[in-house]
Amino acid sequence: MNSEDDLFYNDDDSAHEMDDDDDDFVEMGIEPEPTSTNEKTDVEVFLYEVLTTEQIVQHMVDCIKEVNTVVQIPATTTRILLNHFKWDKEKLMDCYYDGDQEKLFLEAHVISPFKKTPNAKKRTTRATSAAVAASVQQEVTCEICYLALPATLMTGLECGHKFCIQCWTEYLTTKIMDEGMGQVGTISCAAHNCDILVDDATVMKLVKDPKVKLKYQHLITNSFVECNRLLRWCPMPDCGHVVKVQFFDSKPVSCNCGHIFCFACGENWHDPVRCMWLKRWIKKCDDDSETSNWIAANTKECPKCHSTIEKDGGCNHMVCKKCRFDFCWVCLGPWEPHGSSWYNCNRYDEDEAKKARDSQEKSRSALQRYLFYCNRYMNHMQSLKFESKLYASIRLKMEEMQQHNMSWIEVQFLKKAVDVLCQCRQTLMYTYVFAFYLRKNNQSIIFEENQKDLENSTEHLSEYLERDITSDMLVDIKQKVQDKYRYCESRRKVLLDHVHEGYERELWDYLDSA
Amino acid sequence: MSGGLPRRIIKETQRLQAEPVPGIVAIPDDSNARYFHVDVAGPKESPYEGGVFKLELFLPEEYPMSAPKVRFMTKIYHPNIDKLGRICLDILKDKWSPALQIRTVLLSIQALLSAPNPDDPLANDVAEQWKVNEAQAIEIAKQWTKRYAPSQPMPS
Repeated sequence: MNSEDDLFYNDDDSAHEMDDDDDDFVEMGIEPEPTSTNEKTDVEVFLYEVLTTEQIVQHMVDCIKEVNTVVQIPATTTRILLNHFKWDKEKLMDCYYDGDQEKLFLEAHVISPFKKTPNAKKRTTRATSAAVAASVQQEVTCEICYLALPATLMTGLECGHKFCIQCWTEYLTTKIMDEGMGQVGTISCAAHNCDILVDDATVMKLVKDPKVKLKYQHLITNSFVECNRLLRWCPMPDCGHVVKVQFFDSKPVSCNCGHIFCFACGENWHDPVRCMWLKRWIKKCDDDSETSNWIAANTKECPKCHSTIEKDGGCNHMVCKKCRFDFCWVCLGPWEPHGSSWYNCNRYDEDEAKKARDSQEKSRSALQRYLFYCNRYMNHMQSLKFESKLYASIRLKMEEMQQHNMSWIEVQFLKKAVDVLCQCRQTLMYTYVFAFYLRKNNQSIIFEENQKDLENSTEHLSEYLERDITSDMLVDIKQKVQDKYRYCESRRKVLLDHVHEGYERELWDYLDSA
Repeated sequence: MSGGLPRRIIKETQRLQAEPVPGIVAIPDDSNARYFHVDVAGPKESPYEGGVFKLELFLPEEYPMSAPKVRFMTKIYHPNIDKLGRICLDILKDKWSPALQIRTVLLSIQALLSAPNPDDPLANDVAEQWKVNEAQAIEIAKQWTKRYAPSQPMPS
């Protein structure tokens, strides 16, 4: 099993090619675009780097090599061990040297490489001593294809389960191409109930199709990134970059493709709301839980057969279409005691009826509350979607202004204004998620004031940017726009600082039921 | 692998008929050698005893790299079999190994009838019943067996 030349373990000389990138850490603050210097200085520095797919593969190879300089086992086994420890080198080393090695190999589903050699030898010597000549012609039946084949065409892992080479190839190909190797990034032995894992070298030896090989490399690279806490794929479609951080945290990172996202959860950068609440929010919005909320608020159930009924007119005497039950829409009690008062319900105050109405009331107000926050969230999201359109129209305006005797540098304030506008919209959007889960207290009132203030000034700024620009008012407009975006920027900072301070001092209470 | 039936399937079919498994009959369809009509007898000392259950078994193109598709045609009250007859069995899903065979699959299904597993349910209502009141669940299973899986054809 030494033919490792196919996979990426063999490129010793190219190993240091990428090393100069290590110093290439980008400095990032809280700001998605650290354009204003005054903000950048007072926030902590979060270091990260953006890697290409090739660099990731190299990074993986380096990890394996680093372990292998200490632990003398085949590189291909090392990858399985590292994968088992979610690429935590230290943990692997600890277990390897302090713990029970046999147990470690067992749990990682590999046969100990120290056991291998004597075992394999024993097996071969036994075979040769039995009958050298006979073994060549000796036929064994492959348990998969049922063909009787010479023993030389049979192969397997150290667990001893042998199948013919063709079946192995087909088995691995199916696992790689059809099943994507599951979520774990490993393939186990083809035998039933055997969990010994196939190592990369064996896969590369048995699989011949370059397409399958390439897919295999993608899959193990992906599993390397997926289970490594310090790595995350850029979530942008078709962007093959990976962001590598020095410690795991919820911080904004900017990919080479320009996309800015939260390292911890992979969503767009969502300050001030925290990952956990955003996740719940997105799930809530995606779920059809709101559909059932609507149903709860706008319909009633037949008290007898529980069919859902929406009343769109007529009197209160209901006859269920399904079970023909007569009941009163107002109190939900049976119709009979209402007697001849066909259009009135005089049983309104009865406990039963009250209870039913209270529960409807409650779900209706919950729906209203959700819609309030959702509408505002969606509104800002919608506006953000027009971002590129806005940049284009601003570019035209900037050109126009340059024809009115302004220099290039003098019109840059417009682009800056759009930058600020977009930042404010994004922040505002997520403040509604934050607010949705927030329980009312003194601090939340201050927060809502800040939010209102930022919302108003952001809308003003947006309005300014929509206006037509006439040459005689240029200087005046510039002053107004600059004042407005500076105000927006400062309001945004005040709002965020307040929320962050609240996190630190644990001032926020959350509504669990929301 | 177009057209011809793989040697493995031919061999398995021959072996199934030459040395049948007790309590299991699997006959390939006249028009499709990958489709089997299966009868499984309810195991002794199980609520399914005395019943004969009809199943269909299909070997997909990728077989034996992919698992056979098996489904109960006879209605059965069992926590790991839903009302469409789909079976929750690990070897039919992620634990499939190409070294398994039609024979071993059917044996596993027979074993599943002997040992229902309500902790890994497919039919939630049945599993619930099994956990809340096992005696009653077994009683229902027996009734269903009598009603839907009689060993002799019902008098018409």
